[in-house]
Amino acid sequence: MQLTGAQALIKSLEMEGVEVMFGLPGGCILPAYDPILDSSIRHILVRHEQGAGHMAEGYAHVTGRPGVAMVTSGPAATNLVTPLCDAYMDSIPMVAITGQVPTAAIGTDAFQECDTVGITRSVTKHNELVMTAEEIPRAIREAFHIATTGRPGPVLVDVPKDVLQASMDWWWPESVDLPGYKPTTKGHPRMVREAARMILESERPVIYAGGGILKARAADALRDLAELTGIHVVTTLMARGSFPDDHPLCLGMPGMHGNATAVTAMQKADLLIALGSRFDDRVTGKVATFAPDAKIIHVDIDPAEQGKVRRPDVPIVGDCRLVIEEIVRNIKAMLDSGTVQADTSAWKSRVSGWREMFPLTYEPSDPGEALKPQFCLETLRDSAPEDCIVVSGVGQHQMWASQYWKFRHPYTWVNSGGLGTMGFAVPAAIGAKVGRPDRMVWAVDGDGCFQMTAQELVTASTERIPIKVAILNNAYLGMVRQWQEMFYDERYSEVYLSPDLPDYVRWAEAMGCIGIRVESPEEVQPAIDKANEIDDRPVVVEFRTDSGEKVFPMVPAGLSNDDIVLAPGQDKERLR
Amino acid sequence: MNGSPQHHILSVLVENKSGVLARVASLFARRGYNIFSLAVAPTEDERFSRITIVVDVESAPLEQIVKQLFKIISVVRISELDPRRAVERELLLATVRAEASQRTEILELVRIFEGKILAVAAEALTVSLEGHPDKVDDFEEMLRPYGFVELQRTGRVALPKLEREAARLRALKGRAS
Repeated sequence: MQLTGAQALIKSLEMEGVEVMFGLPGGCILPAYDPILDSSIRHILVRHEQGAGHMAEGYAHVTGRPGVAMVTSGPAATNLVTPLCDAYMDSIPMVAITGQVPTAAIGTDAFQECDTVGITRSVTKHNELVMTAEEIPRAIREAFHIATTGRPGPVLVDVPKDVLQASMDWWWPESVDLPGYKPTTKGHPRMVREAARMILESERPVIYAGGGILKARAADALRDLAELTGIHVVTTLMARGSFPDDHPLCLGMPGMHGNATAVTAMQKADLLIALGSRFDDRVTGKVATFAPDAKIIHVDIDPAEQGKVRRPDVPIVGDCRLVIEEIVRNIKAMLDSGTVQADTSAWKSRVSGWREMFPLTYEPSDPGEALKPQFCLETLRDSAPEDCIVVSGVGQHQMWASQYWKFRHPYTWVNSGGLGTMGFAVPAAIGAKVGRPDRMVWAVDGDGCFQMTAQELVTASTERIPIKVAILNNAYLGMVRQWQEMFYDERYSEVYLSPDLPDYVRWAEAMGCIGIRVESPEEVQPAIDKANEIDDRPVVVEFRTDSGEKVFPMVPAGLSNDDIVLAPGQDKERLR
Repeated sequence: MNGSPQHHILSVLVENKSGVLARVASLFARRGYNIFSLAVAPTEDERFSRITIVVDVESAPLEQIVKQLFKIISVVRISELDPRRAVERELLLATVRAEASQRTEILELVRIFEGKILAVAAEALTVSLEGHPDKVDDFEEMLRPYGFVELQRTGRVALPKLEREAARLRALKGRAS
C-alpha cells in the first residue's frame, strides 16, 4: 500500500492506539493535517503550542496513556520546550511531533527553521529527526515504546515537510530494535530479601512514596505493604493520591511545605523506604542533615537515581509495583517462618502525638475581611465528588491545594512538581478532562499563573470541555511575595499584580466561560455549588483572597528540615 | 596528567546514528562533568561506534557519569577500562622548529622514541609518534624546548588487555613436556 509520509504518520499514531491529540498546524506540519480529516483520532486545536504540550501531560497524568502533541517547526517547536522539560522532570509519557523545514533547507536558516532536535535534546528522554518517509512507522513505534516503558518521559519526533510529502510502501514494525535500551523491571532477589529483613527489624520506619508509585500503577501494592507492616506513609507532591489521605497510616506530604508530622517523621526515622521517589531538594532540605539516623532502601526504575543524592543501604532497580509485590511476598514468608517484626509501638505513639499537636492550621477571616485561601479550598474540597480531579499551577495555591485536599484515589492530582511551571493548570486540566470526561475536573490556579495560559479556555469552550477553574486571586505573585516578606525584610519587588486588572469575570465570559466573583465568606459555598452544577461549558470562579496569607509549615531553602517554621502559635519545642 | 589516578577511561559502545556524539557531549556539559579527551570511530560492526572518553573524576563521581550516560537510548554498553588491564594508544603529530644545527638532535629523539619523520622543510620537521599516552607525553616534553609550530594529539583509544598467555600455556599438559 502506497502512502504519503503524512498518511503513514497518522496511521502510525492510530496503530499506537492514539485517540486524541493536541496541536496547532503551520507551514511545515501542514501535510500531516490533511489525513487528520479522515482519521479516527480526535484533534484538539489549541491557542498556543505550550497549551498543547501541557494538555498532553494532563491527559497522560490521569489516563496513564501517552499524551500526544503535534505542532509545526521553529517557533512552535520552541513553544513546546517548556512542556517537554516539564514532562521530563515529572516522568510523564508524552510523544511530541514537530514539523521541520524540508531536508534540503535544513541548516540554511530557512523560514521557521530551528534545530529542534538540538534544542530539545536535554529535555527529552529521546528525540529523532526522521530523514525518510520509510522510517516514519519505526520512529513512531520506538517513540511510544521509549515514552511509556522504563522511567516514562517525553519523546520528540521531528519530521521535515518533504518527508511528509514523499510516498512510501506502508509497513509496521512488529517489534522495536533498540540494543541500548532494556530497562530493568524485576528487582534483584537478594536485595529484595535484604529490604524485607530491614523492614521487619526497623523500630522507626517510614515509607517515602514518590511519583513512581503512580507511574508504575503500584498504589494497591503500596497499600498492601503499609497495611501488612503497619508502617506510616508520606506521599510526596508527585505522589499525592497514591495512598489515601484518610488512611490511618497516611502522614501526608513531606518537604518544604509539608506538614510537620511528615517532615519530622522522616527526620527521626531509622529506616526510609523510598519507593519511586528521588530525594528531591524540596523534600530533603539540606541533604547533609536529612534523616541522619535513617538507613535507606531505595526502589527506583532509573539506576541513575540510586545514590544520586543519598547513598542507599539497599538499592533496588526495578518497577515499583513488581518490587513492592516481591517485598510483600518476602515479608509474608519471613513472618510465616517465625520472624517477629520489631516493636514499633513507641514510634507510633510519638507520630500520633505530633499529628495531634501539629495539624495544618490557619486563622479564619473575620466577616468583611478578605477570604482565606485555605477556607476556599476546604469548601471546594467538601463540595466536590470524592473522585474529582484537581489540577494546580505553581505557587502558594499549589501548596495549599496539596495540603488541604483529601486525596482518596490515585490519579486525582495533577501538577507540575519538578519544573514548577506557572501556567500549567488550565491546559493540563483541559487535557485531564479530555482523558477522563466522566470526572469533575477543578483547576486550582493563582492569578499570576492564570494570566500565563488562560487563552486555552477558548479551546475548552470551543471543544466543549467543561473544566472548572478556581482562581485564588491575591493580586500578587504570592510565593515570591512570601519569600520577600520572610527573607528580604518585606521589601516587595515586582510582585504586585492588581486584583482588578484584568477583570477575571469579564475575561472568562469573553472566552465563552461562566465567570463568578467571590469576595466574602458567605458567597463561597453558593458560588461553588453553582459552578459544580454547570456541565456544558467551562466555569471560572475568582476568589478574592488575603494577600498576606503565607504557606506554613515551611523549611526555608537550603536549611535543614529540623529548622522547619511552623504556623504562628505552634510550639516547635514539642516536636521531639 | 595522562594516566594519573584521577582520570578514568570509559569505552562507550554506541549505535552508529547521527547525533549520538552530540548527545554524549551535551550530557557531559549539562551535568557539569569534565571530558579530558575523547576519540570516536566506527567499530568492526558498522551498526556501532566506539567512543573512548577519558574523564576527570574529581569533577563528579564516576558512577553517576556512567549511569547518566547509560540513560542515553543510543548507548549500548559502557566499560570502564582499568589502565592496568587495558592497552592504550595515542597518536601525536607535531611540526617542530628545527634549525640545521638542531636537526640531528631531533632526529635522534625521534629514533629513540621510534617515531616517524613525515615532512622536512628548511627550518622545521613534522614528526609523528604512536604509542602509550605516557610515552607520547614524554616525547612531547622532550620536543618542547625546540619549539612547536603546531601540535595535535588524538586523545587515547583503548581496549581491554587479553589474558596473559604465558601462565595458561605453562598450565597446559601436552606431549612436548
